Amino acid sequence: MASSISYWTASTVIRLEIRGGLGHRARAVTAQLPFLGLAAIGACEATAVYFLDADLDDDALEFLCARLLRDPVTETAAWMRDPRDNAGSPAAVEVARKRGVTDTETRVLENALVRLGLPPARAARATRYEFAGAPGDEDLHRIARNLLCNATTERYAVGWLQPEFEEGAGHSSRCETIPVRDLTDVRLAALSRDRGLALSLDEMQVIRQAFRDFGRDPTDVELETLAQTWSEHCQHKTFKARIRFRHEDPQGRTIGTETIDGIFDTCIRAVNCEVAKTWLVSVFEDDAGVIRFTDDLDLAFKVETHNHPSALDPFGGAHTGVGGVVRDVLGVSARPIAATDVLCFGPPDLPDAEVPAGTLHPRRIRAGVVRGIGDYGNKLGLPTLSGAIVYDRGYVSNPLVYCGCIGIAPHGAHPTAAEVGDLVVALGGRTGLDGLHGATFSSADLAEDTRETQGSAVQIGDPILEKGLMELLGQARDEQLYTAVTDCGAGGFSSAIGEMGEELGVEVHLDRIRVKYPDLAPWELWLSEAQERMVVAVPPARLARLQALADHWEVELSVLGKFTGDRELHIRHEGRTVGRLPMDFVHHGWPRPELNAFHREPSTCDPAGTPWTDGDQALKTLLTHPSVASKEAVIRTFDHEVRGGTLVRPLTGPCQDGPADGVVFEPLEAAGSGRAVAVAQGINPMLGLHDPYAMGGSAVDEAIRNLVCAGADPDHIALLDNFCWGNPTLPDRLGALVRAAQGCRDAALALQAPFISGKDSLYNEYAGEPIPGTLLISGIGIVPDVDRCMTAHAKHSGSLLFVLGDTRAELGGSLLHCLYGLSGGVSPVTEAAFGNRYRALHGLIRSGSVLSAHDASEGGLALAAVEMALAGRVGMDLDLTAVHADPWHALFSESNGRILIEVDPEAVGVVTDACRDLPLLRLGRLGGERVLMRHEGTVHVDAAVEALAACWRGAEM
Amino acid sequence: MTRPRVLILHSPGTNRDAETLRALELAGAEVEIAHVRDVRAGSVSLVGCRAVVLPGGFGYGDALGAGVLQALDLTTWLQDAVGTFVGRGGRVLGICNGFQTLVKSGLLDDGCEPAKPGNRAVTLTHNERGHFECRWVHMAPAADCAADWLRGLSMPIFCPVAHGEGRFLTRGSDTLNHLAAQGRIALRYVQADGGAAAGSYPHNPNGSAGDVAGICSPDGLVVGFMPHPEDHLLSRHSPVPVPVDAMGFRLFEAFVEAL
Repeated sequence: MASSISYWTASTVIRLEIRGGLGHRARAVTAQLPFLGLAAIGACEATAVYFLDADLDDDALEFLCARLLRDPVTETAAWMRDPRDNAGSPAAVEVARKRGVTDTETRVLENALVRLGLPPARAARATRYEFAGAPGDEDLHRIARNLLCNATTERYAVGWLQPEFEEGAGHSSRCETIPVRDLTDVRLAALSRDRGLALSLDEMQVIRQAFRDFGRDPTDVELETLAQTWSEHCQHKTFKARIRFRHEDPQGRTIGTETIDGIFDTCIRAVNCEVAKTWLVSVFEDDAGVIRFTDDLDLAFKVETHNHPSALDPFGGAHTGVGGVVRDVLGVSARPIAATDVLCFGPPDLPDAEVPAGTLHPRRIRAGVVRGIGDYGNKLGLPTLSGAIVYDRGYVSNPLVYCGCIGIAPHGAHPTAAEVGDLVVALGGRTGLDGLHGATFSSADLAEDTRETQGSAVQIGDPILEKGLMELLGQARDEQLYTAVTDCGAGGFSSAIGEMGEELGVEVHLDRIRVKYPDLAPWELWLSEAQERMVVAVPPARLARLQALADHWEVELSVLGKFTGDRELHIRHEGRTVGRLPMDFVHHGWPRPELNAFHREPSTCDPAGTPWTDGDQALKTLLTHPSVASKEAVIRTFDHEVRGGTLVRPLTGPCQDGPADGVVFEPLEAAGSGRAVAVAQGINPMLGLHDPYAMGGSAVDEAIRNLVCAGADPDHIALLDNFCWGNPTLPDRLGALVRAAQGCRDAALALQAPFISGKDSLYNEYAGEPIPGTLLISGIGIVPDVDRCMTAHAKHSGSLLFVLGDTRAELGGSLLHCLYGLSGGVSPVTEAAFGNRYRALHGLIRSGSVLSAHDASEGGLALAAVEMALAGRVGMDLDLTAVHADPWHALFSESNGRILIEVDPEAVGVVTDACRDLPLLRLGRLGGERVLMRHEGTVHVDAAVEALAACWRGAEM
Repeated sequence: MTRPRVLILHSPGTNRDAETLRALELAGAEVEIAHVRDVRAGSVSLVGCRAVVLPGGFGYGDALGAGVLQALDLTTWLQDAVGTFVGRGGRVLGICNGFQTLVKSGLLDDGCEPAKPGNRAVTLTHNERGHFECRWVHMAPAADCAADWLRGLSMPIFCPVAHGEGRFLTRGSDTLNHLAAQGRIALRYVQADGGAAAGSYPHNPNGSAGDVAGICSPDGLVVGFMPHPEDHLLSRHSPVPVPVDAMGFRLFEAFVEAL
C-alpha cells in the first residue's frame, strides 16, 4: 500500500538519514527472511530517516545531529534537500506510521528543535531497510507486507517514501440528524450495519420507538452514544441475557432444560452471595475489584482483553491493552504496581500457506504482542510478573491478549460520589480520530477485510503520558481533589462521562475537548478512544490546585462540563445542543436479549487402546509442546524486577530458568507489613474443547493451587474471570459458555473463593470458526509471611517427594489426549475437600516444613515432577505404583487438587501428621542426575535431568 | 551524625526513583526526589546536597535514543546548576537510564566538555541481542577504579539488569585501554565466582566492550552503571541464595559512607 499522496512540494523539506544505530533491527529482519524463502536476499541494513519541514542550513543540521540525532560512536548522518527519484537507490523499503497514529518521537523532536534554538519545524520519520542482494520489487513488496509494515497503523514505499506531516484530517464539524422514526425494519438493520453500530434489530426498534415518543429523530451524536453504551463490550448483554438452555447427554438425549436468569447473576454474583469474606472491599462495582491487603492498604486487580486490536496490529493492540487495564486500576484510585499477561497464539511453525487471508502469521503476532506488552509495561515501571502462553490452531486468526494490572491504595481512599455542581474534568492525551468504534468493533466477528474497514480502531499508546497521569492522580487522590474518577476506555468520553453522570445527569461541551487537529465532528469528539485519558469529577474550589499539579506533571487538563442533577445526558457543541437524552434510557433502555443455548456432554469412555507405549517419548512430546516448553525468551523481555519487591519470579531454580506456579512480590508501599502479594492463573482451553464445565472448575482449582504453592493463604484468595468466546448468538457456543460458567461457579463455591472482577470478550470468530472457548481465571492471594514464600523447583538431593491429593482416571481432555488426537474420557472434577489439603499445605509452608511445592495439572504427575527436577537440576527416583493402578493414569492423569511437595527427611513426621486425614503418598527420593519413574516394577521414564531441561528449553521462541 | 543529603532527579518517564530512595535511605542518606523542572526553576537547589542520583526508567520514553533528551535537559536547563555542583566536588550517580543520560550528556566522557556531547568517545547502544532483557548479573569493581568507594566492595554485587540499550561501546580501539589506564572503568560484568565474563552471554548480558557495566569520571566523582543494585536490598530479594556482601545494598552503603 504505497502512498499516493505527495507532500513533497515544499522545497524546504529536508531528508535526514542516520545510519548505523539500527543494526539490532536489521539483524531481526535478516533472521526472518528464510521464513519467506528469501534467505538469498542477504543481509538487511536499517536506517533512521527524519523529515523536517524547515529552513535549516548545513551548520544548523550538523548542530542538530551532533546534539540530538547522531550517536558519535555508532552512527553517521547525511541529509539532502532535493531528492528526485529512485534512480541509483539500492533496493529498499521505507516504512512510516500513518498520519493520526501516535508517534511521540516526532513530537519530541519538534519540541527539541525549539529547545536547541533552531527554527520550529514539522517533523516526520520513517525507517529505511536496504537489502544487499538486490531483490526485485515483487520481493520487496512481499518483505514489506510480511515483515516490515503493519498496514493497520503503518504505510510503506519501495524506494523513497514521501513524508506526511501531522495536520488537520477531520471530517466535518457538523452534527447530523438521522431519520429513524419512519424507517422500516430492513432499513433500520441496514442503518446499524452501515454506520458500524453493531446494534441488533431489537435494539434498533427500541430506539425507533423511543424517538417516536420523544417526537423527533436522533442526532448522530445520540445514535452513536446509544450504540456505544448498549454495545456488548460495555453492557455485557450476553452475560445479562435470559438464556433457554438445553442440556444433552453424550447420546443426544435431553438431560434437562432450564432458563438461566443471566449468567452473571447466577454463576458469578451467586458465588459472592455465599462466599462472604470480610476482606472484600469492592466487587464488580468499579473498574477493578478491590480487596483488603493490610489494615491500611487495599489491593485492586483487573484483567482485560485486547484481542481484536492485537489481531490487526499486534504491537499497538497489546500496547494499548496494557495502557487500558492500567487506567482501570487508576479508575479505582489505586497506584498500579504490577502487570500480568496471558497470551494465546496460533502455532509458531504454521506453514505460510495455511495462514488465512487478512491474518498475520502467528510468529509475527507473537513478536508484536510481546514487544507491545514489554514496551508499555517496562516504560511505565511496572513489573510484568505473571503470565502464560497457550498455542493452538484455534487462535491463528483470533489471538487472545489478556492484560492484567494490580494496584495498591490506602484503604478507603477511593471517592465514588460526585455531587451536583462538580466539574467534569478530562486529563491526559488529546483527542483525535483514534480508535473510533472500538467498543462496537470488538462486539463483532473479525473478517478478511476488517483491517481495511476498522483499522482506525487500533492505536499505539504513549506510556510516558500515562506515567504522568499515574503520578498526578495519586497526588490528587491524596489531596482529595476529586470526588469521582473513571478511565476513558471503549466508547471514549461517551462511556466515561455517561457512566459518571448516570445518577446525577451531566452537561458536556464537546468544543472544550482538546484536540490533536481541527475539524472533528461532534460525534467523533465524543466517541474517540484516544489513549491515556481519564475523567475526574472536581469540586470547583479544588480545580486550581488540580491544575497546578497537572502543570507539574505535564498533563493537559480541560473542564468539559458539570454534573447537573437533572438525570439527563446533555451534550453541547459550539453553543448548540447536539444531544439530550434521559440517563435512564441511555443506561437501561436496551432490551434484555433472550438467547438459546445447548450443550452435549462429551463421551466419558476412555479411547480404546493407548497410542503411547513409551513414557519417555510421551514425556518428551509434552515437554516440547510450545504451551508447556520454556517461555524464558518472552519472559526476559519484560522487566519483572522494577519496584524492587519481587520475591518469587516467573523463572525459578539455581539457573533461574525453571517454571514457577505463582509469583510473589512485596509492594514498596507495604514494606514493613510483613505481607506479600501472590498472583497466579488457571487456564486450560484444550480441556474446554472436551468439557467446558471441567475447564471452568479446573481453571479455578489451578489458580488457587498455584497461589497456595507460592505461599498464599487459601482463605485469602480472590478470583477474576475472563471469558473469551465465539459468537454467543449461536446456541452451541453459548451452551459451552454456560457450562464453563457453571463449572467455575461450582468450583469457586467448593473452594470458597470469591470473584472480584471479570470481563468477557465475545465474537472471537473468523470466517465462521470460533476460538476454543477460553476461560482465564486469575487469582490474587495474600502471603501472610513475607519470609515464607514457596517455590516449585527441587532443592536438595536426599529429600523426599510426596504427592498430596488422590489421582483418578481423569485423562478426558488432557494435554496427552490432545497431543495424540484422542477424544473421550472422564474429565477432572473439583471438590470442596481439596480446600483442606490446601490449608494443610499452607500450615506446613508457614512452619517451614516443606522445601518446595508444585501443582500438578497439564501433563499430570509425570510432567510436574519433571518440571521440579529440571528447574532444580536434581534427579529423582519415583515409584508411582500406589498412585493409580493404570501406569498411564498414574503418570499423566490430570486430576485436580494435587500438589507435589518436597520434604526434608527430618520433617517427614511433621508433614505426615499434618496430613493424617488427607491423601498423602510418598513417591520417592531426590538425587542423582536422572529422573526415574516406576510402576509395578516397570521403568516407564528414565531420562537425564540435563536432557529433559534441554528438551524443555529447546522449543523456545 | 548528620545524614548526607542526596537528591534524586525525576524526569518524565523516570520509574525506579522510589526504590532508589529506599536504598539510599536504608544506607543512611537523607533523600529527596526532585522533578527536573523544579531544579530548572530554582525551587529545588542542589546547594547543600552531597550527591545527585539519576535513577532508572525511561526518561521521555527513550525517544531519539535512551537518555538523549534527559541529557539535553542536563546540558541546557540544568547546565549551570549541575556544572557548579560537580565543580564543587559533588558526586553524581547514574543508574541504568541515569547512566545513559550521563553518557549522552558528555558528563562521563573523556576530555570532552559537556557543551560538546557530539564529540564523545563512549556510548550505550542497543543490546547485542537486539531487545530489552531482564536478568540477574554479577558486577565487580574494576581494579584501579577512580571511584574509591567502589573499591571497598568485598565481592561482586548480584543484581538485575533490565534494559534494551545498555551495550557499552567506544570509538576507536584505544579508548578502552585509555579508560582503564585512567581508572575510568568502574564496574565490569563477571561470572558468579568473580572470574572474567570475557564477553560471554549471559554473564555479559548485552555485549558490552570489555565487559564494562559502568564507568566514572577521571576524579571518580561521577559514576554510572547499568545494573540495578537498588533491586537487591534484602536477602529475600535474591532469586538464589548469595552471601550478604553480594547484596546491592552494600553498594549504596559504600556510596553513602563516601559522602
